[in-house]
Amino acid sequence: MNLERITMDYLVRIEGATFGYDASPVLEDVTLAVGPRAFIGVVGPSGSGKTSLLRLLIGTAVPQRGTVTRRPDVAVAYVPQLETVNWNFPVTVAECVLMARTGRTLPWPTRHERAEVSRVLDRLGIGALAERHIRELSGGQQQRMFIARALLRRPQLLLMDEPTTGVDITSRHDMLHLLGELNAEGVAILLTTHDLNGVAAHLPQLVALNRTVLAVGSARDVINGPVLERTFGAPMEVLEHLGMPVVLDRYDTADHRASA
Amino acid sequence: MEALLSPFAYAFFIKGLGVATLAGGLCGLIGVYITLRGMSYIGHGLSHAIFGGFAASSIININYYLGAGVWGLASALAINKVTRSWRIGADAAIGVITTSSFALGVALLSHYGDKGPAFDAALFGSLIGVSAADVWALASITTFTVAVIFLNYRALLFATFDPEVADVSGVRVARTDALLMLVLSLAILATLTVIGVTLVAATLVIPAVVARMLTHRFSRMLWLSTVIGAGCGFVGMNLSYHLDVPSGTMIVLTGALTFTVVLSLTGGRGLARTVRVDSHTNAAPVVVSTS
Repeated sequence: MNLERITMDYLVRIEGATFGYDASPVLEDVTLAVGPRAFIGVVGPSGSGKTSLLRLLIGTAVPQRGTVTRRPDVAVAYVPQLETVNWNFPVTVAECVLMARTGRTLPWPTRHERAEVSRVLDRLGIGALAERHIRELSGGQQQRMFIARALLRRPQLLLMDEPTTGVDITSRHDMLHLLGELNAEGVAILLTTHDLNGVAAHLPQLVALNRTVLAVGSARDVINGPVLERTFGAPMEVLEHLGMPVVLDRYDTADHRASA
Repeated sequence: MEALLSPFAYAFFIKGLGVATLAGGLCGLIGVYITLRGMSYIGHGLSHAIFGGFAASSIININYYLGAGVWGLASALAINKVTRSWRIGADAAIGVITTSSFALGVALLSHYGDKGPAFDAALFGSLIGVSAADVWALASITTFTVAVIFLNYRALLFATFDPEVADVSGVRVARTDALLMLVLSLAILATLTVIGVTLVAATLVIPAVVARMLTHRFSRMLWLSTVIGAGCGFVGMNLSYHLDVPSGTMIVLTGALTFTVVLSLTGGRGLARTVRVDSHTNAAPVVVSTS
């Protein structure tokens, strides 16, 4: 991917950013731009700075060095990790989605807002669950509820933190289809993921991150042995199946054979 | 029946009953946010801190609301400063500063003041000395609180449920949090002498927890907690008169009895709803640049 090219037309751009919660930086000299209609997956191990990168992009974290520039008129929506949510919080699905409504301060929603929520929930296939408590949903349904809340803001840029963690294969497929549809409609999407085979390999653009950006490009550019070893710190074997890279965990396999 | 209605012949009792009901409802309303945000200990700590201001203002004979209000604000700022500068956990900072303030209040009253009925009233609540100014102050603060919650419903709910996403979605989270702290401080100021320093936290927590056991809708929890708080204030005040026990004590005991009854009626379902009810989102706090 040509970084220079995409930085000319961007929704949000990070340049030379260094960020940390304490003395040691979590991110160092990161440069990245998200353009209109982009569909980017950020891959990296736990603690590689994926969530911090999202916080820089949404503006809840400010870099100690470098800059983050957002186009002034861009509408950003953020879908958090499911594990960070208190699922015992007393809200129904409809109440949760309605949190995203803007421009009105009174407690109750208008008829138009209620219709909008129903439309979005129906589109995501959870319209019948509107009055359910949020804990009564499956992982995939909880994720779709948060996407519904994000869509209510009519975002140009949707940022998602590990959207497929804790969901089954069918829900993961449905999620990728849905995100593909949204992207085709013009919503730029950037998501983080651990799932190289199930998610990352299907995305048009990938970023390999471990404290800094190690590689940027297509699935073939990023999901290959040398880049993955630098990113995850362990050798990984990559095969090709139906034109897509498939990652094998070589270290575990060898370890298993040795102990057998 | 005649015995039950007999206190209604006294103007002081009717005034006290109105104040107890209003105070219970006010604490029940704010308690929903305090409980869901895991801020119960702040409520407990602030009431203790304000006691220091109560003691100082009574000794130097200045207006209680002014003296205790300034003292409470100074304590809140000190907690914030200690937490940020010395990297001490907020709970530890609250424990140190507010209990020190409380101890200072007791020492001041013991040495210079009259450790008599007013002292007991501040600790356990009393309606004997409620003045017309106190009633007006409570009514004004209740009206202000209702207006704040009504006009900031979405912001308060979103910032309580998920502050990070709320921030991205246009909610001014820091302002919303400050507004809630202001309302909490004012509510504690207004109800301190009615309910008592040691018992205010319970009137914030019990109605909200009982309401949570009864519903999983936020909007319903809000009015249920208010009604339960007001009901506990009304019943507790009546019991206080008949049993000759401090009002705050009976209001809290009525709440505890209500909790027990609702728990036995809802069983495991109600209890399950309260599990981690005070667990605020695990998302990291909003980070401010240190550069």
